[in-house]
Amino acid sequence: MQFFRVVGEYFILLGRVFRAPDKQRMFWRQFAKELDKLGTQSVPIDLIISVFIGAIMTMQIKLDMANPLLPRYTVGVVTRDTMLLEFSSTILCLILAGKVGSNIASEIGTMRITEQIDVMEIMGVNSANYLILPKITAFMLMMPILVIFSVGSALIGGYCMALFTDILTVDEYVYGITYAFMTYHVPYAIVKSVIYAFVITSVSAYYGYNAHGGALEVGKASTNAVVKSSVVILFLDIFLTKLMLS
Amino acid sequence: MISVQDVYKQFEGHEVLTGISTEMRDGQCNMIIGQSGSGKTVLMKSIIGLHTIDRGDIQYDGRSLPRMGQKELRMLRREVGMLFQGAALFDSESVLSNVMYPLEMFSSMTRIEMENRAKFCLSRVNIQEVAYNLMPAEISGGMQKRVAIARAIAMNPKYLFCDEPNSGLDPVTSLVIDRLIHEITAEFNICTVINSHDMNSILEIGDHIVFLKQGKMAWEGSKDTVYTNGNEALDEFVFASDLFKKVKAAHND
Repeated sequence: MQFFRVVGEYFILLGRVFRAPDKQRMFWRQFAKELDKLGTQSVPIDLIISVFIGAIMTMQIKLDMANPLLPRYTVGVVTRDTMLLEFSSTILCLILAGKVGSNIASEIGTMRITEQIDVMEIMGVNSANYLILPKITAFMLMMPILVIFSVGSALIGGYCMALFTDILTVDEYVYGITYAFMTYHVPYAIVKSVIYAFVITSVSAYYGYNAHGGALEVGKASTNAVVKSSVVILFLDIFLTKLMLS
Repeated sequence: MISVQDVYKQFEGHEVLTGISTEMRDGQCNMIIGQSGSGKTVLMKSIIGLHTIDRGDIQYDGRSLPRMGQKELRMLRREVGMLFQGAALFDSESVLSNVMYPLEMFSSMTRIEMENRAKFCLSRVNIQEVAYNLMPAEISGGMQKRVAIARAIAMNPKYLFCDEPNSGLDPVTSLVIDRLIHEITAEFNICTVINSHDMNSILEIGDHIVFLKQGKMAWEGSKDTVYTNGNEALDEFVFASDLFKKVKAAHND
């Protein structure tokens, strides 16, 4: 029953979120702020993680390739496809669910328990629309950019591994990452990431918006936001992979 | 004027408000007082429209709140200012931006006009210009309350609601806030409704007082008649401490 109640409340909240903003100018102002807060400020963690994962993956794939008949450029192929198909589009979203999701839930939750949301409601502002819509739209716009940065920096990480170690040559690596490249994988990764961006922002906003009590409840809302959005992302990953790659 | 007519409200079978009727006039500080659990917060939230009443009527200058549609309710809320117990300033916005917020949302003023209006409201509550760009966390509790009052009056509200405006403030600051609310109420002819159990406030600014006991209206009067009210329950509530007993004795002498 609890599950159905939460799902019902979530969709009712979305119904309030997806309305025309009370004032367009204020929406765009909030949208610009969220682009920076949720998007631009996620770039450093996105790049750092991706460079290292790209480098480590290149190294591990080479170490795990026991079969001497496999060409060495396969390392580049596997690194590229793994990053594009799964890491940058899904695992990165799980990482960002921790950063962005907890940020959204704690921000909105704190506004709820300190009556800032009540102030908006009493003024006649659609608080759900004002607070949540700019976050959802801004993050959905920024997510593909973060994914492209992530893939690019992971490939650079792998390149550095080829350049500074002797596990494979730079030529082999570059040949590998360009070998049999399927352009369809790019929109596949982007579509997945946009859907996950919607899940992260909307689920986190739901938990923050419905926080009640004190600081402890805001903490719980933040934890719930991260856990629940991660679980939803993992379920959707199976569904989307089956739908788009099968 | 807000007219409350025979209002009933219950939660899960427990009656919280029983047949409350009163009139809250413009230009007056209308205080709802009573012990914890007497129903004053429920009454205030019912008047604002945050609770739906079970029976009766609440009229804002003849406009029935329970019969309003969503659009009318949103329009009404633009005529309402509210001061929350904890000030509830937006902590990611500066003092000036907080006061400008309702103007930015609902007025068609230019940026300069909005800034001028916000600065006027802030100066009216005695906030100095140096504080305009500070964040709420950087100012004192009393200043936060004053900024919240400035924000509440920015849109020239017809109705101002204050939920325990003195809670958490020292006696001197409490007095400043009380007097400020009283002055603003008279100056702009606002219908102000204050939910309080601060005895100083009741005796200082209570132009019209509604005393609730166990969800019923036990007494109605003003700060002048409270000393000679003849109501045992009210006496026990207002003049509970030795200090206030002495105040009453001195007043009656």
